[in-house]
Amino acid sequence: MRFTHRPDYGALMSEPLLQAVNLQCERDKRILFRELSFSILPGTVTRVEGPNGSGKTTLLRILAGLNDAWTGELKWRGSPVDSQREEFLRNMLYLGHRPGIKPLLTPLENLRALMAGRRQVSDAALRQALQGTGLAGFENVPCRNLSAGQQRRVALARLLIADEPLWLLDEVFTAIDADGVQALEALLLQRAAEGGAVLVTTHHDLDLPGMHKLTLGAGGLSDEC
Amino acid sequence: MNAEARPEVRLASSSVGALAAMKGVFARDMKVAFRQRQDLLNPLLFFIMVVTLFPLGVSPEVSFLREAGAGILWVAALLSVLLSLDHLFRHDFDDGTLEQLVLQPQPLFLLILAKTIAHWMLTGLPLVVLTPVLGVMVHLDGNSIAVLCLTLLIGTPVLSLIGAIGAALTLGLRSAGVLLSLLIIPLYIPVLIFGTGTVAAAAEGAAVGAYLALLGAFLMLALTLAPFAAAAALKISLSNG
Repeated sequence: MRFTHRPDYGALMSEPLLQAVNLQCERDKRILFRELSFSILPGTVTRVEGPNGSGKTTLLRILAGLNDAWTGELKWRGSPVDSQREEFLRNMLYLGHRPGIKPLLTPLENLRALMAGRRQVSDAALRQALQGTGLAGFENVPCRNLSAGQQRRVALARLLIADEPLWLLDEVFTAIDADGVQALEALLLQRAAEGGAVLVTTHHDLDLPGMHKLTLGAGGLSDEC
Repeated sequence: MNAEARPEVRLASSSVGALAAMKGVFARDMKVAFRQRQDLLNPLLFFIMVVTLFPLGVSPEVSFLREAGAGILWVAALLSVLLSLDHLFRHDFDDGTLEQLVLQPQPLFLLILAKTIAHWMLTGLPLVVLTPVLGVMVHLDGNSIAVLCLTLLIGTPVLSLIGAIGAALTLGLRSAGVLLSLLIIPLYIPVLIFGTGTVAAAAEGAAVGAYLALLGAFLMLALTLAPFAAAAALKISLSNG
């Protein structure tokens, strides 16, 4: 796999998928970030960096539209997100700290329920996605009987059948074993190669070829995008 | 090297209609509920207990029970729905399914409507089904029982719909119970008054059409407005969470 995307070049050539202009967010009377501007280009993987409490999760929630306590501008393919919310939601996949998995349902039922709101997927494809995340044989075991890592894998199975180009992934590497991490990294790169864009926060030592970095910090802010 | 072509963005090609998405939400809530049957029984047991304790605590006389029966059943049903409200969004909030629900590309109020319908079918509807039995127990006559069932059938969905607003508003709070009751009970009072008023009118042999029409108007109002309010409240709660 080759990754020769260059941000400077890409900025001239292709329209950003998502653009943030002068984002400012205040939480508990503390400014998490201000004047934060960046563009997420198609074909990129961007890692959001920063110490604990620097606002990584908050930033991702703002981008996904789950947090309203911010000022600034967010644009999806050139026009404000607010004016095309459904279109944006159709093309965005967000995975948060809480994986959205019902402990009482089986992996297959969970995945089916999660996809029910997004697009029609056959049961065979769902099973295949679960097998792809190493959950073969666990399709019909209630999720509360699975380990934390396995539960996260159920949520990650969505990535294998996702057709959304923009992924916002918050701490997806948590509780995933070494093999899983490797597979996931490959998946992120593949989505980028297919013209998607991935924003990821992680404390795992992620270093992918051509990866961009967006650094949030207390006070000092550097934006390498 | 610079001439490397950037891959084209492939936007999501297909999507699911609002009705199919509502069905998905409804089906999941039903499935989760039936995996946890003891939780389903709680509102029912509460309903039965309150209604059976009243004759023991106040008076087992037929004249008293016939007079107060409809009121007792209505109050018990109202409290029973109130007790179940906290579960409406709480578990979904804790495990992250609520975030995913809000991020579905369909109007949120429709998805909440589907959740509320599921909630009613799991709490309100069983109460209506049980009412004839308990009605006989408090010596209501056949006509009164029929009217009582009808008022509960129209009234309990209103309770679920209004309750959804309160449940969504108090979602971010640690101990939401008291506040939820304080917010919701004033809005329940008109439903209670017209619900019991209908049965009282029926017992006196008066026409109940107007009462039922008013209850129906409450239902229509709740059906059209409550999901919007609950959707807005839910977004606020998630934004703080």
